[in-house]
Amino acid sequence: MKHNLILRVIAKYLFPVIALFAFYVQFHGDYGPGGGFQAGVILSVAFILYTLVFGLDTAEQVLSPGVLRILACTGVLLYAGTGVVTMLFGGNFLDYDLLALNPIEGQHIGIMLIELGVGVTVSAIMLVIFFAFAGRERS
Amino acid sequence: MKNITVTVLIDTLIDITLLAFLAITAIAIIYMRNLFVIIMLFGIFSLHTAGLFVVMDAADVAFTEAAIGAGISTVLMLGTLALTKNHEEKNPPHRARLPLLVVLITGGALIYGTYDIPSFGDPQSPSQQHVKPRYIERSVEETGVANTVTAVLASYRGYDTLGELTVIFTAGIGVMLLIGGRLTRRKKQADEQ
Amino acid sequence: MIDIIVGHYNYWVVIFLMMAGFYTVIDRGNLIKKIAGLSIFQTSVFLLYISIGYVSDGTTPIIAEGFTRYSNPLPHVLILTAIVVGVSTTALGLALIVRINEAYGTIEEDEIHEQDKSL
Repeated sequence: MKHNLILRVIAKYLFPVIALFAFYVQFHGDYGPGGGFQAGVILSVAFILYTLVFGLDTAEQVLSPGVLRILACTGVLLYAGTGVVTMLFGGNFLDYDLLALNPIEGQHIGIMLIELGVGVTVSAIMLVIFFAFAGRERS
Repeated sequence: MKNITVTVLIDTLIDITLLAFLAITAIAIIYMRNLFVIIMLFGIFSLHTAGLFVVMDAADVAFTEAAIGAGISTVLMLGTLALTKNHEEKNPPHRARLPLLVVLITGGALIYGTYDIPSFGDPQSPSQQHVKPRYIERSVEETGVANTVTAVLASYRGYDTLGELTVIFTAGIGVMLLIGGRLTRRKKQADEQ
Repeated sequence: MIDIIVGHYNYWVVIFLMMAGFYTVIDRGNLIKKIAGLSIFQTSVFLLYISIGYVSDGTTPIIAEGFTRYSNPLPHVLILTAIVVGVSTTALGLALIVRINEAYGTIEEDEIHEQDKSL
């Protein structure tokens, strides 16, 4: 697909649109349908489109496998870390009320943090899986 | 009042149409032998399911199913197909009767079980009476989030979601260990030299 | 009788889909087809859960003024996470198929059994 000009141009323009939509879904999940799981998948779809059109080697220069592995771990750590921080503040695990002075603010911060953790891990893991399949040689 | 009946009627009509499409797609998947066709039909199946989720007022779930079932699953299955040689399923050597019998008995038992389930869409059913009123009434004042699904997912059932995230993470590690790219790539470079 | 049909046809079709997936898993020998059947089974379980959470004449559980009747958010949460977990476990199964294909050179179940026997 490397020589198909129309596909390459369209993919280039679609990539930022899909990524922007993913961020909208991520941070608008409190008020409309959406959240970390959906946003993570949509962001990974943007990179999968890029990989399909420009090839695996180019995609790995943009986003190396090492970075993806670190991102996948960061998400889970961010989620569990939020729980540990609330414990340090004297509450229960994942008790967001204590993250700010009033409970509603605290809930807001907590939900945003863990949705971010979910989004980062889901998108990184989906890309790790896709790159694993794409990088395998046909036997 | 008349408006409401018309909406319910339209909902039911769309519901029946999509369910019929799903049944046809499932039968086609059983009968088809070409694996590429099967994977494409599976993508169609997922997309119809997403439509059905919208009819059943589950926007978040429909969103996820459309992105994952019709998107990522299909891509991964196609990736597997590209890595294997045979693209055509072989004829089964013997037409076994036992699987059909097992499926019919299981299906019959399940259908018998549905007689105890409250009718589809019944507002008085136990599943609508237990924790749901609490979530609907208190979630906005307790979490400040308008989308109840997000409130339940991230706040009320935070432990559950942490567990699910860990499962996804573990599955990713498993795939990486099974077919992770690094080893094959090194072998490829060695072969080229 | 009509009451039962109108109130339960949704569950019946879902059970039909479930059994179609189950039949594909136990009767067909091709591993990719088995995974497709397993995914159909899984999707129909999702449909069953969402059907149980549905309220006729309700709306999506996003709290807004002017609406009082919402569908049950709890099954939505369970299924939302189950879908994403489902795709990652499917990917694990597909990765195993890739490895089986590399080891045996086939993805047909009976051929794999024959190779195992001849060892």
